[in-house]
Amino acid sequence: MKSIYEWGAVAAIVLTSTAGDVLLSRAMKQVGDVGQLRRRSGLLAVVGRVLRNPNFPLGILAMAVAFYSLLFGLSWGDVSLIVPASTSLTFVTNALAAKIFLHERVDQRRWVAALLVAGGVVLLAA
Amino acid sequence: MTFRKYLVLAGVAVFAAVGDCLLSLGMKQVGSISLHRLPEIVLTVLNPTVALGILLLLGFFACYMTALSWADLTYVLPATSVSYILITLIARFFLHETVSLGRWLGVALISIGVGFVTLGPALTPHPRQVESNDALAVQLSSGAEP
Repeated sequence: MKSIYEWGAVAAIVLTSTAGDVLLSRAMKQVGDVGQLRRRSGLLAVVGRVLRNPNFPLGILAMAVAFYSLLFGLSWGDVSLIVPASTSLTFVTNALAAKIFLHERVDQRRWVAALLVAGGVVLLAA
Repeated sequence: MTFRKYLVLAGVAVFAAVGDCLLSLGMKQVGSISLHRLPEIVLTVLNPTVALGILLLLGFFACYMTALSWADLTYVLPATSVSYILITLIARFFLHETVSLGRWLGVALISIGVGFVTLGPALTPHPRQVESNDALAVQLSSGAEP
């Protein structure tokens, strides 16, 4: 019974943190190259433009939900399952979500990188 | 990719790793906080180690947002997973924790993954950018004609 809750927490963390990363990435792509923008109109303009983008607060909200899901998950379950499982799965779901929602070209090279890092994270936490 | 951009990616990894380590160190100095005295958690920011950790994590967030403004999510995430390697090195050489063979193997896998992704392109050309490039090409070609 406990493991159902643990995997439920993992699923919640993976879904919300993937949503957060995709929303933040979309927001920053809409803002455009921050370095060029800063040289053109200054740091305040950059900050204003980021804060005005509607995807930015949504991304932060999703990240906050992911963080609280992690806290709840850790209060029920084992840190040695929840942290490595959610961190490594997030690398894989991010690759999928970036392909579907951000139309990034996730080629073989990027898949291999995502899977290697996901595997490495599992080993680090073991 | 310019040197400055690699510097931002390094900033993401270093700020995340050192920030997390400082938070962990600071929270151990503060001691455990029980659930029915939860408001005390607000006061933990008065601990200088925790405060410095939070400052570094703000730096991490600024670098991460900057990187996402000119690179793909599927490039930034694997490339900045160098932070896991840094955390392992900090744990081994500064916090004197023992690091098992399995963990070193994990570090090796992540290193290969980082190498793999950083050898490829950082950004997918999207229609808007391609269009502007095409417009530029049209201008150039029409300019070349007499």
